[in-house]
Amino acid sequence: MRIATVIKQVPDSNASIRVLADGSGIETAGLKMVCDPFDEFGVELAVQLREKRSDVEEIVAFTVGPEKASEIIRTALAMGADRGVHVCDPAFASRNEIFLAEVLAAAIRKEGKSFDLILCGKQNIDLDSGELGPALGEFLDLPHVGATTFLEVAADGKSFKARRRIEGAEEAVECGTPALLTIEKGLVEPRYPSLPNLMKAKKKPVAVLTAKDLPGLDGASVGTALLSLTPPPPRPPCKFVEGEPEQMARELVRLLREEAKVV
Amino acid sequence: MTNDILVFAEQRTGKVNPVTYQAFSVAKHLATKTGGAVHACIIGKGVREIAAGLGGYGAKKVFVADDAELEFYRALPYARALTAAIDAPDPRIVLLPATFMGRDLAPRVAARKRAALATDCVSVDVAADGLHVRRTLFSGKVFGEYKLVGDRLQMVSIRANAFPAAPKQDGSPEIVNVPLLLTDSDRRLQLTEIVRTGSGVKDVTEAEIVVSGGRSLKSEANFKIIYELAEALDGAVGASRAACDAGYQPHSRQVGLTGKVITPKLYIACGIDGAIQHLAGMRGSKVIVAINTKKEAPIFNVANYGCVADLFTLVPLLTQEFRKLRHHA
Repeated sequence: MRIATVIKQVPDSNASIRVLADGSGIETAGLKMVCDPFDEFGVELAVQLREKRSDVEEIVAFTVGPEKASEIIRTALAMGADRGVHVCDPAFASRNEIFLAEVLAAAIRKEGKSFDLILCGKQNIDLDSGELGPALGEFLDLPHVGATTFLEVAADGKSFKARRRIEGAEEAVECGTPALLTIEKGLVEPRYPSLPNLMKAKKKPVAVLTAKDLPGLDGASVGTALLSLTPPPPRPPCKFVEGEPEQMARELVRLLREEAKVV
Repeated sequence: MTNDILVFAEQRTGKVNPVTYQAFSVAKHLATKTGGAVHACIIGKGVREIAAGLGGYGAKKVFVADDAELEFYRALPYARALTAAIDAPDPRIVLLPATFMGRDLAPRVAARKRAALATDCVSVDVAADGLHVRRTLFSGKVFGEYKLVGDRLQMVSIRANAFPAAPKQDGSPEIVNVPLLLTDSDRRLQLTEIVRTGSGVKDVTEAEIVVSGGRSLKSEANFKIIYELAEALDGAVGASRAACDAGYQPHSRQVGLTGKVITPKLYIACGIDGAIQHLAGMRGSKVIVAINTKKEAPIFNVANYGCVADLFTLVPLLTQEFRKLRHHA
């Protein structure tokens, strides 16, 4: 069995994000960058599959990103992936996830040998769009399971059972491999790489691909353009409700009814 | 390509997702600018009756893919059906609810149709060069204005509760059957079961009112007062990451960056301090109430109304007040 994991470097979730004065992007100086937490679930899942089974031949981590994104490939390798593919070219620096999916599809196809499972995060915490996984499934002509909360791969590796989250329920599905899954929180808990594994990761191979290696990606699929980024409008200051608990409860209900008109 | 607008009317088990009606109000607004007509598309099994009802929300034609194989959502058959429903009227714009289904389906169809796509938008308008939309990035810490390139199909999914619902009026739409030609490759994934989670209480993503508890609830049993308040408001129960990690509530109820990002009409945070990761999940709520014993808790920075109080005292009193309100109504 061969597993591909798709990862992306994103600002740390606890970092404060500052918009550049001209609105063209965010301030990146001093911004802590990490592997997207949802993507880490995919890497962890792949490594756990290898630990449970004897037939996982290879785990390959793919990313599209600038030179600095090599850091997260090292993270994936230290967690247990075998090698990395880093698509690194300014031509592919895009905020459009459908285009990024097309680039990743080309990089995955270039491998020649196909993957039985492709694992991505449910969404990336920078763009918050969740478009990448389903679009990558489409470009690779694979079925996809979005927001996976449970996975059980059959002994022969030819099929799997999974569950995916929807409003107030989960859908249980069965599917043959190859397939793509996007991973929801709660399925696995990513490990912290040990120091020996961090050292080993430095020796694992990472292939760097540029636009020359992936011809035909002219960006025609980029259907959106960013006009500007702005900080969110400030919320009005908090109105504190005073008084003894009984008064407070009555006054809050009155405000919600008469002023905010939400109940 | 026509100037028409197609609304994907999402249904599960014969119930239309309410965000659909919000999409209709957006569609009507856009139609006044493009000069096109509003149409709808509905996919499922036995959905003709629902299809006829969509005329009341402004659909001139309803494109119906009605087939036993479409009874439950699966990405590939639904992508096939939606693609066919788009090809029939050849609209300029397709609107979808940014629900679990919409977020799963739209990228596949957009990739297939080479369409421009913007997901989870909180405003949509027509400009000379295509649609202009606004959506949040970095977990709500930044707003982005985007342009969708106007030379191709433009698809937009809209965030729940970001737009008013279109009012129901009279109207009988023309029903157009969409032929469904599934291939074997569309049948690669099978749905075996739908399992309800969370003991029949509403899910945080489908409720207009959400009452959330934090780690200060101290136990799963103590969440009872949160459930009682949610019930009095016909709302859902949410929880902070700390409360979920402590095992007080399942992760399916977690509101926050790695939980669910929600935008209800009213969000009541009980005993939640407001870590960045939690604020990311609820700061888009219309009205936020915070109940916390610490006046300096960051949750008060995003709250509209604050109560510096012990939740174990105040929450049951609030439940009483809301119950009284219901009896009078």
